[in-house]
Amino acid sequence: MTDIFELLKGKPEDSDYEKKGVIVQGITGSYGSQHAKNMITYGTNVVAGVTPGKGGQKFEETIPVYNTMQEAVDATSAKVSIIFVPAKFFLGAAKDALNAGIKLLVAIPEHVPIRDTMEALELAKQKGAVIIGPNTPGIMIPELIKVGIMPPMPFKAGKIAVLSKSGTLLYEISDALTNAGFGQSITIGIGGDPVNGTRMIDAFEMVKDIPDLEGMVVVGEIGGDSEEILAQKIIDSKFNKPTVAYIAGRAAPKEKRMGHAGAIVMGTYGSAESKVSMFNKANIPVAKRPAEVPVLLAGKMEKSD
Amino acid sequence: MQLLEFQAKELFREYGINLLNSISSTSIEEGRKHAKELGYPFVIKIQVPVGGRGKAGGIQKCQNDDEFELKYPQVMDLTIKGEKARAILLEKMADIKKELYLSLFLNRSKRCYTIIASIEGGVEIESVKNQIIKEVGLGEVSDDLAKQVTKEMELEGKTAEQFIDTLKKLSRLTIEKEAELVEINPLAIMQDDSIMALDGKFVTDDNSNFRHDELQKYQEKTEIEERAEKSGFSLVELDGDIAVVGNGAGLVMSTLDMLSDNGGKPACFLDVGGGATTESVYEALTLISKLDRVKGILVNLYGGIVKTTVVAEAFLKAYENNLIDMPVFSRLKGTESEKATEMLQGSRTKIFTTVEEAINAAVMEIKN
Repeated sequence: MTDIFELLKGKPEDSDYEKKGVIVQGITGSYGSQHAKNMITYGTNVVAGVTPGKGGQKFEETIPVYNTMQEAVDATSAKVSIIFVPAKFFLGAAKDALNAGIKLLVAIPEHVPIRDTMEALELAKQKGAVIIGPNTPGIMIPELIKVGIMPPMPFKAGKIAVLSKSGTLLYEISDALTNAGFGQSITIGIGGDPVNGTRMIDAFEMVKDIPDLEGMVVVGEIGGDSEEILAQKIIDSKFNKPTVAYIAGRAAPKEKRMGHAGAIVMGTYGSAESKVSMFNKANIPVAKRPAEVPVLLAGKMEKSD
Repeated sequence: MQLLEFQAKELFREYGINLLNSISSTSIEEGRKHAKELGYPFVIKIQVPVGGRGKAGGIQKCQNDDEFELKYPQVMDLTIKGEKARAILLEKMADIKKELYLSLFLNRSKRCYTIIASIEGGVEIESVKNQIIKEVGLGEVSDDLAKQVTKEMELEGKTAEQFIDTLKKLSRLTIEKEAELVEINPLAIMQDDSIMALDGKFVTDDNSNFRHDELQKYQEKTEIEERAEKSGFSLVELDGDIAVVGNGAGLVMSTLDMLSDNGGKPACFLDVGGGATTESVYEALTLISKLDRVKGILVNLYGGIVKTTVVAEAFLKAYENNLIDMPVFSRLKGTESEKATEMLQGSRTKIFTTVEEAINAAVMEIKN
């Protein structure tokens, strides 16, 4: 199983421990450059950027820009990259990164065709790499590193893992957690697409053995069955850390796509009822409102004490 | 998008899948001509992008002119799950021996195409018994796999041959058009043991639209939806009276849920995208002003980086231009919210610190 913390932080004996290099693909675009700056401000060690045709430039006067991922990886030995290119160029950028040896690829673009995501995933599997997204806000260890587009304000270092399909709900719920005194050990954006590089269940595998983990929050939404599969996994693995879920889209009409490509109920497949009832089966309370999440989490913690 | 039956069948025909004779029309005058060409008996089928047409009376048999004159307008006037008829399909009556089920879909958790087949079709997929489920991978269905499915369905002779052929054609269609779901239900075994697609459901992956100009003629959008798309918004029209606007699909869905929990009726789902600017919020208000049923607007923005004053400016501009004359209830999270509140003092926009408060106020005030 991928050790996500090792990829993001490294090992204590590494010379670049907690300063692992990150490459930004699409660094010269308006979106990419804005978020590259935000990541640097947050403390992420952005070591290179890639934009085909812009090789040789410097970003913010210090960070070298390369034409290809191979050049960027050769120069920096980075294992992590984040993609900001338009959706139709995603597959090309992802292949470039994976073939160059990237092991953690964060895919920000929305509107990536599903077939392109699946092709990128096949290559990632062959290369032993992990893709987060597409259509994700990214991944972060609060107050240490963010490889994503999250605003810093809602997050605080702590011991709760947060997995979320939605970006703004991740911010909203982390904010509520932070205000209630629950910092986050890691937050993983699953993404709002029908096919996710890191599924709920994969993200769970990444966080379940964090040594000082005190709880987990799952922010799901209608569409697909990744929440149901996660709930079953939690039952089967006898995971006993206090866990709370939230599901968006209870009031959404069937067979309508609610903003996210993946947020659609077809027949009963993907319905909120199905997800809520599986979480209930796994003894995981489901909040009715985002603000209720920390309340339910505190309740679970009291019981487990 | 979800294609209508006759559109799905156009694609089936292009790929050589067996179909009964059928013709679509949008008026009874056109329909009369088609009735003559086709000859009785035939079936009148409403064309709507949702299931459950039969139960709702949207599929009617027709034996003669009198029945046609009576039933065509009846079917045309139906509304099924909120969807009005887009067209009427006249299709020859079939002499069926057995109804099968066949679909290929994008399996989200397994991340590959998957076949579902059954010898007991003709009912909704949830009720289809003895489902045979096979993962396909990313490529086309192989001969071996097609034979395997056919064998498990215990089909024989001509029927087996044609089933294999249909499955392979369906798989090529699914992959070439990048569909999320292609379903034939029922796929019928006729009296002469041939195989015939009696219905067709086809859902595309809209994110691949840029590679499929040939499918764009099926795109059906209202003027408002088109404008929303141009601005990078997601808009779903609903039938209530409180418009719900926010940034991020999850947040807007969540707001919709809370509003419904409190007895409010959402008029639309409008996601302006991750960020929010004066322009995007102004455009959102413009779109909403075009929806007649809206009596109030509920705004839930989680800015993070966004300054709420930027959003307040959009409201002020909207009032200045007399764009909206209804109350607005908003929760704006982000920097400079005190200043934003001050800017909107005395306007029709009320600012609340929590979304719960905004929703309560909206529901109280918008009650008829």
